[in-house]
Amino acid sequence: LLLALVPVLAILAGVDLVNQYAPTVLGLPLVLAWQVGCVVLTVVIMWLIYRLDPNHK
Amino acid sequence: MNAALLIIGMTTAIALLLGLRAAHGRDMNLQQWSLGGRSFGVIFMFILLAGEIYTTFSFLGASGWSYSKGAASYYILSYQTLAYIFSYFLLPKIWRYASQHKLLSQPHFFARKYDSNALGILVAAVGVIALVPYLLLQFKGLGIIVSIASYGAIPASTAICTGTLVVTAYVTVSGMHGVVWNAIVKDALILAVVVFLGIYLPCHYYGGYGAMFSAINAARPEFLVFPEHGFSKIWFQSTVLLTATGFFMWPHTFGCVLSARHEDTFRRNAVYLPLYSLLVLFALFVGFSALLQVPGLHGADADLALLKLSVQTFPAWFVGIIGAAGVLTALVPSSVILTSAATIIANDIYKVAARKNASDTDVQRVARRVVPVLSLVTLGFTLSGGSTIVALLLMGYNFVTQLFPALFFSLMQRNPVTKQGAFAGILAGVLTVAAVTLSKSTVASLFPFLPATLMDLNVGMVALLINIGTTLLVSVATRRVQTQPD
Repeated sequence: LLLALVPVLAILAGVDLVNQYAPTVLGLPLVLAWQVGCVVLTVVIMWLIYRLDPNHK
Repeated sequence: MNAALLIIGMTTAIALLLGLRAAHGRDMNLQQWSLGGRSFGVIFMFILLAGEIYTTFSFLGASGWSYSKGAASYYILSYQTLAYIFSYFLLPKIWRYASQHKLLSQPHFFARKYDSNALGILVAAVGVIALVPYLLLQFKGLGIIVSIASYGAIPASTAICTGTLVVTAYVTVSGMHGVVWNAIVKDALILAVVVFLGIYLPCHYYGGYGAMFSAINAARPEFLVFPEHGFSKIWFQSTVLLTATGFFMWPHTFGCVLSARHEDTFRRNAVYLPLYSLLVLFALFVGFSALLQVPGLHGADADLALLKLSVQTFPAWFVGIIGAAGVLTALVPSSVILTSAATIIANDIYKVAARKNASDTDVQRVARRVVPVLSLVTLGFTLSGGSTIVALLLMGYNFVTQLFPALFFSLMQRNPVTKQGAFAGILAGVLTVAAVTLSKSTVASLFPFLPATLMDLNVGMVALLINIGTTLLVSVATRRVQTQPD
């Protein structure tokens, strides 16, 4: 429990969906903003994985 | 002597002093010299692994690429994030096996996993070959930084020679211990400088990020998105995947992994390290800021973008601080690379191939003698080369990623790969990279029959596919031979 695949797919497959300048997000071109969003998503997912990983021993 | 030069000179002297003092009061045996005594906890590991990102590659290379290539530079942000995801699952397994068997280096690891000294020697050779362009780009960056920050008072070649001397001196004396304290100073300084420049320059010249990107988009439409050909989406995807899998294959990064105190260190760092990679974003912003302010930097000169814009914007004393941060981003990674390469040559090539009964003291003596030789060889290449910093790094990645398939298979519960398969696969991959690099081929020129979308595939990915195919084919063949009855 695949969870780590979510940011991997978002980073790699995402550029096919958002390869455009507009609409900008916080002033950044959409394609760059997507990659920044993927970094933040990765931190959230990795934190979740760390909490769920039987690190509890 | 201007203020910038004075600050850069003082920083270099302090770095040398910190590096030399690190050996004081320690019995500098081989494990202390090459791995810091395997004593680095979460904080030091974070700094060593994260600090490895902030070399002259991100300081000058990233801004140079955003200046010259636009959207292609986004890959720098993404591959590090992907690498940390992989690290959560791979590094604890590597560390556990290495610490159980008291392994000192990457070639040791492969030799033990596959029970093959020949494979260990091949891995050592590939590692050293890949490290040369990596070390070269640090030296090249050092020359650029000191030359421009001194307003031309010091030629790049003099700066490179001085930097090489400093690194060689403290690596020879202190090894990895000399690196750690300098890494802390370097990380703090580079963090402050890059974030400041990445915020100040877009605001100063354009009034903010939105206005900056809007101006660039008006002047150079399509510069901020992936083009249909060249550095296209498929180039981005294949490069991100290739460099993410190769991220921990560098011998010096692998060495840092082995020097951790506990496997939990990697899992914890994998959560927070992706945030650290966001710092690269500020370096990209600097390159984008320079695009319309210092136009006309072509080819390898694009690496000058950050410093040219800084010299144009700030007083000499502040250029000195930027230069000092830049010098440290070149010196610290150079030290890690040199320590690692020297240990590999002494411990994994000299000891295994030439003197099996050499003691640790003998090996360490050889390692310390190799340091100046390696420095001189790289110095020669640096003074005669002309590639951009990112191109040099990608060349190194193409080589070092060829070690990934054999490593990945070896971590599986039932390894389907034989030692012959691993050897043949790595060799096939490395020879492909060498042939492609020397002939300056691209996927489009090698395979003109491929569909247009695949023409921009990173050529290192092709080598990796050849590597995996060869590994599995030879493994099937050799396993069949081994299991046949006499």
